[in-house]
Amino acid sequence: MTVESTAAREEARRSGTGGKRAAASGEPSTSRSASPGGGKGRAAQGAGNKQGAAKKKPAAKKAPAKSGKQAKGSAAQPGGDDFVQLLTPEGERVHHPSYDVDLSDEELRGLYRDMVLTRRFDAEATSLQRQGELGLWASLLGQEAAQIGSGRALRTDDYVFPTYREHGVAWCRDVDPTLLLGMFRGVNNGGWDPNTNNFHLYTIVIGSQVLHATGYAMGVAKDGADSAVVAYFGDGASSQGDVAEAFTFASVYNAPVVFFCQNNQWAISEPTDRQTRVPIYRRADGFGFPGVRVDGNDVLACLAVTKAAVERARTGEGPMLIEAFTYRMGAHTTSDDPTRYRTDEEHASWEAKDPIARLRGYLEREGRADEAYFAAVEEESEAMGKHVREAIRTMPDPDTMAIFENVYADGHALVDEERAQFARYLSSFADAPAAGSTQGGH
Amino acid sequence: MAATTAPAARKLPIAKAINESLRAAMEADPKVLVMGEDVGKLGGVFRVTDGLQKDFGEERVIDTPLAESGIVGTAIGMALRGYRPVVEIQFDGFVFPAYDQIVTQLAKMHARALGKVKVPVVIRIPYAGGIGAVEHHSESPEALFAHVAGLKCVSPSNSADAYWMLRQAIECDDPVIFFEPKRRYWEKGEVDPAAIPGPLHQAKVAKEGTALTLAAYGPMVKVCLEAAAAAEEEGNSLEVVDLRSISPIDFDTVQRSVEKTRRLVTVHEAPVFLGSGAEVAARLTERCFYHLEAPVLRVGGFHAPYPPARLEDEYLPGLDRVLDAVDRALAY
Repeated sequence: MTVESTAAREEARRSGTGGKRAAASGEPSTSRSASPGGGKGRAAQGAGNKQGAAKKKPAAKKAPAKSGKQAKGSAAQPGGDDFVQLLTPEGERVHHPSYDVDLSDEELRGLYRDMVLTRRFDAEATSLQRQGELGLWASLLGQEAAQIGSGRALRTDDYVFPTYREHGVAWCRDVDPTLLLGMFRGVNNGGWDPNTNNFHLYTIVIGSQVLHATGYAMGVAKDGADSAVVAYFGDGASSQGDVAEAFTFASVYNAPVVFFCQNNQWAISEPTDRQTRVPIYRRADGFGFPGVRVDGNDVLACLAVTKAAVERARTGEGPMLIEAFTYRMGAHTTSDDPTRYRTDEEHASWEAKDPIARLRGYLEREGRADEAYFAAVEEESEAMGKHVREAIRTMPDPDTMAIFENVYADGHALVDEERAQFARYLSSFADAPAAGSTQGGH
Repeated sequence: MAATTAPAARKLPIAKAINESLRAAMEADPKVLVMGEDVGKLGGVFRVTDGLQKDFGEERVIDTPLAESGIVGTAIGMALRGYRPVVEIQFDGFVFPAYDQIVTQLAKMHARALGKVKVPVVIRIPYAGGIGAVEHHSESPEALFAHVAGLKCVSPSNSADAYWMLRQAIECDDPVIFFEPKRRYWEKGEVDPAAIPGPLHQAKVAKEGTALTLAAYGPMVKVCLEAAAAAEEEGNSLEVVDLRSISPIDFDTVQRSVEKTRRLVTVHEAPVFLGSGAEVAARLTERCFYHLEAPVLRVGGFHAPYPPARLEDEYLPGLDRVLDAVDRALAY
């Protein structure tokens, strides 16, 4: 049992949820709550934690509250203990009373590399859209910390349900980045096996996947497993009924799911105040589980809070909502024009909070990475860009008859009939040139 | 052979046949779950799930929050985890909050994943009218689902089909919308759990005849059989085809019938306009153009909201409306 799960339990006690609720309702997580130490469901937890800890060794600490640096109170960005920040925009390390991480230099550098390569991939995809290689691209620019921090908090057996902008999370899940481009190029509507990396398909209709994540988590609980499930969504999706219903289901069934909301301030052209009158993280109160707002441009804070949330999930304490307060630096997609609805000043204010620059500043100041390291990452990112460009330009179009493939798992007479008809129709064209232009219709 | 040594061929009402089918499916496969509103202690508002929670526990027979999109959305998630959820939507008119999850997510997920994931979710919907219910409890929305690629839609008309078609729907790796004719829930028929059922999507000739084919499914099969009996007295031999499946539709069986009878009338409770009968009419006209002695006629509901209960006898196609169409077809 790690220290941070203790912190998370304090959260649970504050809000009156967690193991107690599960035990009281007896449904559906009795097997888990009945065996906190040695039950079969959670017995695997020790090993799992060790595995995760060996890799990242995060440990929440009781840190002295209030460093003074975290309270950058402005209308756009809240401060105080309600806002978890571990690295200021200036790259200064601060502490939070409930959440912290203790990372090795190598782990810190790894987070930097993840963010740089993700940003490079994203920039490459935006360029490829401009060059006509992709029909559309949804850039994650500015949200690297939220995605890498949360993504690196997970174990391989955890399961992620993304929106269509989680390129950084996909990176953490070891999904081949070029696979993400297929749907934006128009060669498929998904294109990867979700079970290879426990990373579900991108979901375009916003909010729907939050229910899938909750149902999946209910299944995890039924299996007695100690995996966590993470549902990604945005501030716009927080208005969807499906998200509210997911909160309800996750709460009453005490499902091991983490709701990770990237509040990037804009749902295309609509600001967050068009979605909600209360901070999004506080919505959790009404559903009976904890909600936390974290600096979404601070990769350490996102890692620490997500670690705590998945630990809660693993130990049968149920769901948690994380609001990662961040900013969409680019357009909603390559079809969008943000100059119509937001100001240069706002953009500039967030540029000053850049997630990569602040971690680099910290690494440099603390001497945790040298110039050679930064140069190596830059070189790697160049190579990655080249690889992505080559991959997209050689990505084949699907076969025409793929239209009819996988519509059903067990087949369907109408699809079979239409496939055969269409094949005949196409083959009539194939014959046409040889037969000359006189081939009559019928 | 197996049928004669069957342990328990019994006469069961349709509701009980469905109950037995769920029970057998849950016994056969621990991954099968039942979920919905009031399906637990109450046994569902129609008692279709009666006793299942008692025998299989709250982990497998799950009373859900009253949120249809949430029910189907979480069922999808559980299917992705390897479960086979059988979801009950309490009444036809309550399915629409879940329509987005069904159409946008459930129907397309297998194709979006290039076949890498399966979502074997069954959605049971007690549907259609005839029980004197209040608004939103008597609708026939099957065409709205059959129109969607990725879904399969079936509707049994009798106890044996209710039992076997549900077993087959649960075993199917595709999402199946299972439309239950609620006004027939209490009608009995023989169910033989040891029988060997035909294919799920195969139509059946429910009554043979020579002069005209009636094609129907679900609650209207009985009406058509009664119409055929009445027509018999007038010297007209009608064939009744029970379609059983609305996606896919077994056009071959209908075609064989129409090539024999040369006349076709389709019958359903749902509005005629753009209903499944229109599809049957179009396909059969194309397939049997030179066999037909009359245009294919359709009998069904009107392009109006389902009426208040005191008008439903007039709204619903009954024996007379069916025979009126039969007479018009025979007059050609």
